[in-house]
Amino acid sequence: MTVLFWICAAVLLLTAVGVVGSRQPVHSVIGLIVNFAALAVLFLTLTADFLAMIQIIIYAGAILVLFLFVIALLTVGNQPIERGPGRLSFQTAPSVIAGVAALALLATAVRAAQANMPPVPPADFGSVANFGTQLLTTHVFAFEVTGFILLIAVVGVVLMAGRKEIRL
Amino acid sequence: MPSVSLADYLAVSAAMFVVGAVGFLLRRNPITMLMAIELMWNAGNLAFVAFARNFVDMTGQVFVFVVITVAAAEAAIALAIVVMVFRRRADADVDDISVMRG
Repeated sequence: MTVLFWICAAVLLLTAVGVVGSRQPVHSVIGLIVNFAALAVLFLTLTADFLAMIQIIIYAGAILVLFLFVIALLTVGNQPIERGPGRLSFQTAPSVIAGVAALALLATAVRAAQANMPPVPPADFGSVANFGTQLLTTHVFAFEVTGFILLIAVVGVVLMAGRKEIRL
Repeated sequence: MPSVSLADYLAVSAAMFVVGAVGFLLRRNPITMLMAIELMWNAGNLAFVAFARNFVDMTGQVFVFVVITVAAAEAAIALAIVVMVFRRRADADVDDISVMRG
């Protein structure tokens, strides 16, 4: 379990850097797919079976395919966007400094965390049955809010994509 | 062999979040910036699931379910906006997009 965790952690961080650093958006998507697969394995080590499955199906299966479609639709044959310094290149140094500061801040918070996980949870913790029961009884409000958010997103995208004339 | 602790999961989550945040600040390709945002969502999800396991409480996992839904909605709407911007000008560098009037 320990070895599995550190392998997944290394894959997560390496692919995260790859996603952010690669020149081609398609390479970023591939890195993100590997990243999400490693994250799903970490969810399994945390006994979140259902979430590991929807991490693969929803994220890697649906959202990243959406990214791939947009990349294929828009950027094929184009030059890479980031040629030369941008108009806001003076913001690079403050961004890096802010990142290092955020990492230091989070590290101090993480050091306060408990050193050990509690003993093994009940066998059905995080299973599909347990998750579904929780979602439709204790957390039914979150379930309703989720449906409403998706409705708003669908309406908004149809409104934007269906417009005939686009003026920016 | 030492077992994996909550702090280890949180450290991975924090590092991944910072990589996403710095990437979002440094990159100028809108699609890559969206992927950096996805990294940050997932770093938060990892922390939620780790805490849910730590306290043996399903609330954290249900919250991750909501977060994934919001992330999907955000990706769909943001990509629709990117498509509209790219139709207007094919070399859309986000630094050059300063007009929000539609």
